[in-house]
Amino acid sequence: MTAALSDSKGAAPEGGRVLRTNPRSTLTRGAGLGLGVIVLWFSVLVLLPLAAVVAVAVNGGWEGFLTTLTNPQTAAAIELTVLTSLAVAVLNVAMGTLIAWVLVRERFRGSRLLEVIIDVPFALPTIVAGLVLLALYGPSSPIGVNVANTRTAVFLAFAFVTLPFVVRSVQPVLEQLDREAEQAAHSLGASAGVTFRRIVLPALIPAIAAGAALSFARGVSEYGSLVLLSGNLALRTEVTSVRMLTYVENGNLAAASVVATVLLFVALVVLVAIDLLQRWLVRRG
Amino acid sequence: MALKARAGWLAGVAVVVSMGLAACSSSADDATNSGGPGGGAELSIVAYSVAQAPNQAVQAAFAKTSDGEGVTWVESYGASGDQSRAVESGLKADYVHFSLGSDVTRLVDAGLVAEDWDQGANGGTVTRSVVVFAVRPGNPKNIQTWDDLVKDGVEIITPNPGSSGSARWNILAAWGAVTANGGSEDDAKAYTTELFNHIVSLPGSGREATSAFLAGTGDVLLSYENEAIAARQSGAELDYVVPDTTLQIDNPGTVTKDADPAAKAFLDFVLTPEAQAIYAGFGYRPVVDGVTLPEVEGANDPANPFPTPGTLLTIEDFGGWGEAKKKFFDEDTGIITQIQVETGKSS
Repeated sequence: MTAALSDSKGAAPEGGRVLRTNPRSTLTRGAGLGLGVIVLWFSVLVLLPLAAVVAVAVNGGWEGFLTTLTNPQTAAAIELTVLTSLAVAVLNVAMGTLIAWVLVRERFRGSRLLEVIIDVPFALPTIVAGLVLLALYGPSSPIGVNVANTRTAVFLAFAFVTLPFVVRSVQPVLEQLDREAEQAAHSLGASAGVTFRRIVLPALIPAIAAGAALSFARGVSEYGSLVLLSGNLALRTEVTSVRMLTYVENGNLAAASVVATVLLFVALVVLVAIDLLQRWLVRRG
Repeated sequence: MALKARAGWLAGVAVVVSMGLAACSSSADDATNSGGPGGGAELSIVAYSVAQAPNQAVQAAFAKTSDGEGVTWVESYGASGDQSRAVESGLKADYVHFSLGSDVTRLVDAGLVAEDWDQGANGGTVTRSVVVFAVRPGNPKNIQTWDDLVKDGVEIITPNPGSSGSARWNILAAWGAVTANGGSEDDAKAYTTELFNHIVSLPGSGREATSAFLAGTGDVLLSYENEAIAARQSGAELDYVVPDTTLQIDNPGTVTKDADPAAKAFLDFVLTPEAQAIYAGFGYRPVVDGVTLPEVEGANDPANPFPTPGTLLTIEDFGGWGEAKKKFFDEDTGIITQIQVETGKSS
């Protein structure tokens, strides 16, 4: 508890900065209390563990980073994980938006069912998901598709577990969207394509970006759903979570933390990039 | 403004802290109140997952002895390495049962288990098995020997020796099959490289490997005799072959330094022929003499469940786990680690 307390004091400038950047702060006593609870909660749940990971990683110094990251197996795993997560995020932007559109704008038999099924990848324990994927797309596939132990398997598993993110972030925005603007555009002679691109899409971009960011972050950390299907083959289908487990099994927490820190950094860069892209698109849109 | 906000902030901290303390103290009460019926000792057992069903059967038999009467159990099962690390970082354990010796060594280093834990007659081993080949029903590819594993078109699946400590038994067995039969270290390296070229999947744990195999991956699963027997007992469709040269798997069990005396009584009971016969029923080979073997359902020959291999290696042939771990599985310089990287590159 003392650790938590001292950290929350350390985190105080965070709260202070928020106030400074907004000189006419609207914080009342109640809101201040709320902010305090949030900062503490955030510190205990997120900041402290992250700081601990980075601290362990930095302990080994540059050399620790270098040895870990030049390990061919680790480097290949990081590359595979990050690139596949990015590719899946891009796929989700397209497919997720499409699914959200269909769910909100179209009424058809089974649309309610589809609505419920979208969330299944969230609810299913990932190892069960892995078994299901292996049964369907593995060597005894009933439909003759066998991607087991290939990089496609990694992509497939990521796509499976991240499916709901873009759908669920876009859907409510789309539901709230004022359709009169679209009708106006249409009556002024804009084609459906132009209406979507100029009227609908700009409103959706922040939601799409948020979904893509979540999807990327989830992919980077995935383990359970792909561990059966991908085969964890060194340099080929091994992802970072398996690498980290290997380091932990060998008692090398420092190296595991180095990989985690690098992933954190990559995730941060990607999240910031997505945010900047989103702002730029909205301003331009 | 900032001051005011900070005051509210601290109030918030106080609220959450007191709530947290309340939660802590109530859980402590729960722990003290949950003593067993009849005032027997409460023992914490921390073990690796495969051992759960057999251990529970042995615990039930222990409860019928005078030492075990009234003893209640707090059980924790999971991957061997994870369980060992959990105990190292504070999980309460009176009795531990792991897949491989280095998981106990970790606790010795942490000062939680006595240095001489493996000095008894059984060398610290409480359950025993051997490395076997699990194959498709009827053994369609006719796999009998280690050489058969690297024939054209044979696909192998084994748990990942990197992330699963217990998977390391399988790879060492392959290595030892060469060196025990007159091969040099280079021959062993060449063979193991060839073996990795035939490996199509390296799931995270033994359980996951079995799941992936049963879902259709590979022709051969490198596994343990007891796991193959247990899988067949639960209706899994697989056969298994005990190779002529194989490695003896010694699963260590011991009590912790601060354990309740009842834990020692349990360890003694585990090493009786009676308890070993129970383990045998689940497919483990006895570690003491004088065990009357039951019919082992799921074994190739239930009446003679544990055939003696031509050459049976032990971890001592590799210099013990400390040395083997460094030589073969070091994450940078280990021979197996390097083979994994090389075979990954070439395909």
